[in-house]
Amino acid sequence: MKAAVIVFPGSNCDRDIKIALKRFNIKPIMVWHNDTFLPKVDLVILPGGFSYGDYLRCGSIASKSKIMSEVIKHTKKNKLVLGICNGFQILVESGLLPGVLMRNHNLKFICKNIYVKVINNKTPFTSKIKKNEVLKIPIAHNEGNYFIDKKNLKKLKTNNQIILQYCNEKGLVNKESNPNGSLINIAGITNTTFNVFGLMPHPERAYDSLLGGDNGKYIFNSLLNYGRN
Amino acid sequence: MEETNLDIAVKHGIKKEEFKKIIKIMGRKPNLVELGIFSAMWNEHCSYKSSRVWLKTLPTKNKNVIQGPGENAGVVDFGNGDAVIFKIESHNHPSFIEPYQGAATGVGGILRDVFTMGARPVANLNSIRFGSPKHPKTKYLLNGVVSGIGGYGNCIGVPTVGGETEFDDCYNGNILVNAMNVGIAKKNKIFYSVASGIGNPVVYVGSKTGRDGIHGATMASTAFDLDSHEKKPTVQVGDPFTEKLLLEACLELMKSKCIISIQDMGAAGLTSSSIEMASKGNLGIRINLNKVPCREQNMSAYEIMLSESQERMLIILKKGKENFAKKIFDKWGLDFSIIGELTYTKKLEIEYNNEIVGSIPIHALGKNAPKYKRPWISHKLPKKKDLKKILKKIKIKDVLLKLLSHHNFSNKSWVWEQYDHMVMTDTVQAPGGNSAVVRYHKKNKGIAATIDCTPKYCFAHPYTGSMQAVCETWRNLISVGAQPIAITNCLNFGNPERKEIMGQLVDSIRGIKDACKFLNYPVVSGNVSLYNETNGQSIYPTPTIGGIGLLKNLKSMITFNFKEVDNHIMIVGDTKGHLHQSALLYDILEYKDGPPPEINLKKERKNGLCVQQLIQKNLLKSVHDISHGGIIISLAEMCMSGSMGCKIELNNIYLNKINYLFGEDQGRYILEFNNKNKLKIINILKKNGIKFEIIGKTQKSNFEVQEVLKIPITKLTKINNNWFKKFTLN
Repeated sequence: MKAAVIVFPGSNCDRDIKIALKRFNIKPIMVWHNDTFLPKVDLVILPGGFSYGDYLRCGSIASKSKIMSEVIKHTKKNKLVLGICNGFQILVESGLLPGVLMRNHNLKFICKNIYVKVINNKTPFTSKIKKNEVLKIPIAHNEGNYFIDKKNLKKLKTNNQIILQYCNEKGLVNKESNPNGSLINIAGITNTTFNVFGLMPHPERAYDSLLGGDNGKYIFNSLLNYGRN
Repeated sequence: MEETNLDIAVKHGIKKEEFKKIIKIMGRKPNLVELGIFSAMWNEHCSYKSSRVWLKTLPTKNKNVIQGPGENAGVVDFGNGDAVIFKIESHNHPSFIEPYQGAATGVGGILRDVFTMGARPVANLNSIRFGSPKHPKTKYLLNGVVSGIGGYGNCIGVPTVGGETEFDDCYNGNILVNAMNVGIAKKNKIFYSVASGIGNPVVYVGSKTGRDGIHGATMASTAFDLDSHEKKPTVQVGDPFTEKLLLEACLELMKSKCIISIQDMGAAGLTSSSIEMASKGNLGIRINLNKVPCREQNMSAYEIMLSESQERMLIILKKGKENFAKKIFDKWGLDFSIIGELTYTKKLEIEYNNEIVGSIPIHALGKNAPKYKRPWISHKLPKKKDLKKILKKIKIKDVLLKLLSHHNFSNKSWVWEQYDHMVMTDTVQAPGGNSAVVRYHKKNKGIAATIDCTPKYCFAHPYTGSMQAVCETWRNLISVGAQPIAITNCLNFGNPERKEIMGQLVDSIRGIKDACKFLNYPVVSGNVSLYNETNGQSIYPTPTIGGIGLLKNLKSMITFNFKEVDNHIMIVGDTKGHLHQSALLYDILEYKDGPPPEINLKKERKNGLCVQQLIQKNLLKSVHDISHGGIIISLAEMCMSGSMGCKIELNNIYLNKINYLFGEDQGRYILEFNNKNKLKIINILKKNGIKFEIIGKTQKSNFEVQEVLKIPITKLTKINNNWFKKFTLN
């Protein structure tokens, strides 16, 4: 399987995702934001970081960069796009995913290990995980507080677009286990066709138990499984 | 050209005798631009004029040192052609005036010092000290500094992996923000700041020059008074996004062979960077200020030369490589401008609007800047006091609970969870342990890093306290399984023109020297911050030490959380029950007299090397050094981080329980090990003549000291986690 990792000025998890992809036998190809051509790949990854310094609004300037029109074309061919952290913010800003990501409710950057529950495992990103399984994966963001209006939240629910919810170690989704104030603990969603996935947690930081956990592997294994089929 | 006189010179922080010296060097009165340059170069921050004669006495060499003090950062050998580059720097004065930007640019500055040398920065650490939590500014300063450190480090994508955060009344008027950075490079790909090759182009890259931070270094070289907030415009504003681009562009350029030398524009901006490079190369430099990219219109020569705008670098390129280099900076969207060339004149010559606006002999500014051997008095070791009365009413359990909820002993996750400590995915020991450990990228070895100082010890006796700071870093590195390699130091003191303060500095440097020499643990870089006082009230002497250690094999890395029930718990080292300056006396009972714990360098080394041996032989389950709060606090920390209890028996102990549990004697460790290794461990300790005692075992869920206390770990953790959340919410 091949993946294009888009590098924006200010991306800082591009190297991390590259290393993680290699670990799971997915071949990364780094693509500069100013490029107008996307190599032939199954998957595009928008990595974490501070594209354009988070100026104006997180992800907003990156969503207008040259390569993004190619990424949008790529999604229309029903191919995969994964946006992690700042990548999720870019997906929301570019309209590929609904809703917004606001500042964390405590107005502080939060970097720690948290737990997420897999709500929908019938997607290319979660197929190798059991439904309701709890994963320990770190977050590191200032703006991960997901919000969407009632009408569209209902749509998200009906279409099973909510993929990950923050929970505690035992899988309980409640206020205490919500790190950033996200609406109904939303940590990751897809589009209606399940080929565009945005999430705040960093699976690429959890690929090795030496780093404090390896639960990120479930997402990479799911992708690999999709690539094989 | 504007004329100058003594009045203007004094306003620039230049003393009468120094002004005379300038006139002598120049053979005439300097103009305003030149005076500004002298002021920027001769202030304490840039010239080290009070400390230089003493700093020279520090040990700076051994077989591991590739580059000692005098460059942008120190470089040590990490084996297999790898090098580690690191340095610490203060940003105290600006952080007090504007905490967010002051702290942020402190991080930015130290990052540049490290990547200027060709290293990719891999870890940030910091030591931050605030006034009393009761002081009205403390909460604002704490919030601002922590957000500023996070704001910069998180954005540039270098993990902040360790540090210390403490409060004490002595910092009410002068907080400390010391930032350290560690980077990695190939040994044969290190870049230096020595200029060479007459006619080679001088290139300016990075952000544009604005009017911010003019005379920042001069501001950092004076004491504060009530009007210090008026100095806000001298604080620089940071842009971590530009720094990230500058970092990537510089590292990309460094892959080629275009660079002769490179230097960041830090304190005193374009002035100090151009002078330092030319001075080290024994050359002259000619700059045309019309070529400097400016953010604002109509900036004067004075402003351009003295601006401390951030995220700028000066590069001496090989002639003919200009276009190649420019392409890289264009790609990253950064300014690239050839602003001058190297000359044979040994002068700094500044041209602006077709006029020479300044011409100063280079060596007057660098090598031959004034240096003072200021008068000083050494500080005697205070006598021990009779503590019987004070300790009479002490209840061990109450003190333990008070300490765990005390601002200086509570869990600091509120601080470090605001720092991205995981980005780059090499952090294998996160903040909160003995030392941070970062995997050497793509290898199975690690860099251990720690930052320590105990200012109350240093105030009680600067010589002993400073030895202690060095030893504590050494111990913290040993405790994760590393071999301590070298240190960087940040000497924060008051006004050196006062004899007793100068005495603190001299005693402190002596202490660092003796400890480093004995432990073969050289000083490879550092920084001095003086005049940390407000209205005549000085901070405690605070020689912050950053230590670096090598973990040859990550498999032998060890942590301090208890691992399994029913393992033995052993104390290694001599416990004499020293309570003066301890957490119990100083922080709980607010009794501040008496000497700090004694440092015995022989035992320090012997105990440490033996623990290192036990770790390498894979005989231990966990190791923790014993520091502030004594055995009882170290045990509690091992319990809380392992979510596991312990049962301690003190019936056969030779000391009274309070002294035993709260004493802060140095050179000690707590070990956890399985019964099967007990004999082997005891044999090794005995063979090395090391004192030890087994005091109990690990158990489930309760922290227990027989006949003294029994507390569930969940309760300890809850108490320990509360303080920051409560303090910052109210």
